[in-house]
Amino acid sequence: MSSPILELTDVKTHFPISSGFLFRRHVGTVKAVDGVTLSVQRGEVLGLVGESGCGKSTLARTIMQLVPTTAGAVVLQGRNLAAATTGELLAARRDLQMVFQDPYASLNPRMTVFATLAEPLLVHRVCPPADVPARVAELMRTVGLAPRFMQKYPHEFSGGQRQRIAIARALALEPKVIIADEPVSALDVSIQAQILNLLAQLCRKMNLSLIFIAHDLSVVKHISDRVAVMYLGKIVELGPALDVIEHPRHPYTRALVSAIPTPNPDVERARQRIMLPGDPPSPIHPPAGCAFHPRCPHAQEKCQLAVPPLAPDGPTREVACGRLSEI
Amino acid sequence: MVASSPPLPLPVTEPIERGLSPWHDAWLRLRKNKLAVFGMAALAVTTLACVLGPLLMHYGYEEQNLDLGAARPGGAHWLGTDTLGRDLLVRLLYGGRVSLGVGLAATFVALTIGVVYGAIAGYFGGKLDAVMMRTVDIMYSLPFPIFVILLMVFFGRNIILLFVAIGAVEWLTMARIVRGQVMAIKKMEFIEAARALGLGRRRIIFRHILPNVLGPIIVYTTLTIPGVMLLEAFLSFLGLGVQPPMSSWGVLIKDGAEKMEEFSWLLIFPGAVFSLTLFSLNFLGDGLRDALDVRSSKD
Repeated sequence: MSSPILELTDVKTHFPISSGFLFRRHVGTVKAVDGVTLSVQRGEVLGLVGESGCGKSTLARTIMQLVPTTAGAVVLQGRNLAAATTGELLAARRDLQMVFQDPYASLNPRMTVFATLAEPLLVHRVCPPADVPARVAELMRTVGLAPRFMQKYPHEFSGGQRQRIAIARALALEPKVIIADEPVSALDVSIQAQILNLLAQLCRKMNLSLIFIAHDLSVVKHISDRVAVMYLGKIVELGPALDVIEHPRHPYTRALVSAIPTPNPDVERARQRIMLPGDPPSPIHPPAGCAFHPRCPHAQEKCQLAVPPLAPDGPTREVACGRLSEI
Repeated sequence: MVASSPPLPLPVTEPIERGLSPWHDAWLRLRKNKLAVFGMAALAVTTLACVLGPLLMHYGYEEQNLDLGAARPGGAHWLGTDTLGRDLLVRLLYGGRVSLGVGLAATFVALTIGVVYGAIAGYFGGKLDAVMMRTVDIMYSLPFPIFVILLMVFFGRNIILLFVAIGAVEWLTMARIVRGQVMAIKKMEFIEAARALGLGRRRIIFRHILPNVLGPIIVYTTLTIPGVMLLEAFLSFLGLGVQPPMSSWGVLIKDGAEKMEEFSWLLIFPGAVFSLTLFSLNFLGDGLRDALDVRSSKD
């Protein structure tokens, strides 16, 4: 395997909680991302799943350097972004872009499609100003929008079209890595497939690496090469997408997989759901030991003692479970 | 480097469809609001009359005609004269210049200070925001009439000072509104997207945040002007504002109120014009709020 284009080493993003005004006291820490090690290859699609609040979006924002990294390294093409200067970071942004969750909030309502797409081209001097209109038209065609709509405003488009504009904006700088933070969760189901296909097709055509974030394994299954499952700021299982979904190893992944509905009613009726008791624990006071033990059907006393590391399980997979050999 | 309309010819064969900008959209909605259109028209007429009217009149605002005394409306003096025989229409128009002028100038002062102050507090947040906004809270708690009376006592009665005093109080609310709006917009995903694209802080504030805060600012501005005019009238009524023989709508209403039992027109005309202007501004402000409100737009 060649060297990865993006590599995260023990990345932590903690947010301090303080109270009082003027003289702020530190009263706690939200460990939104707590030690994530991950790598993405050129042209690879990595699915990142986990329930709401597990730190997926914070991880995305950490990689994008939109929130400060508490510890660890985010290395893009050999350059550590967590320690980069403003100038280095600006240069790195040409290779690293993001598509946001809500296409109704991620486009400036006062800017036309043209202005939205031309802005990155002009700021980063991607092409001579005279070529900008042609480039914008080309970007719009790439994402399946007619260039004649370039003078229209976001409110004149549907959710799916807006997400296409957002994707075109991310593509404007011709990045090598795109992070898509639940890009279809705000869209109608019928539109979701179109956007997923568009993303998959763009990755193939442009040899893009994609980190695709979702809270739903069935969405990730179709598009991803590999899947990472996140729970409370940590990755608990990592491996080839089909492998992980068909043979989940970690008890949490098993519960997630059991929640995927199947289209066949007979199979669907026989489906055994693993119901997890309780809610995800608070990232301010995570449980001792394995963060999953309070909800885990296989938990034992030893699970409360030590945090199980993400350890290799076979040649392609990694799982973080202390009782892996027993369950 | 402004990304505006693309120069022609375009690499597109089909004709480019023009979009409906949110501003244009708001204008179309405003035009459908009858009260707002009435307000705009009434304001335009009043302003024009106050600016140009005195030039066409035969009387000056301080020109007395003691022989005439308080004449009823009609004849040479359309709206009658006051007890000193001064033409009421002329005084009304001159008074309008002062009242509208105070309204606009003080609002402009409030707007400038408030927007800059609020945007800084909102954008940078944290301790700076806490200090800045607690300062505003403290200033809010100062009793305004006493503040103005003190100013007048120390610096004498002059109109410029009146602008400053009123502006210095009205900006507090503007700062709070702008701060709140900037904080809300700052957390929107399109601002994150702009940061992800590597846009500079200046470009983010001016191209992405301020245009989206402008709506509430415009609305609050139109609603501040009548408030300021009322304050001016209130101060003039107390004798702290504009001094005779100069007139303002507040002064005229005060004089009229003193003599309303005998010479009712001295109260009726200034009162009617003042009320009409305040109503118009409020109608326009309400109309603008409805037209510019993002939540009511076709999202």
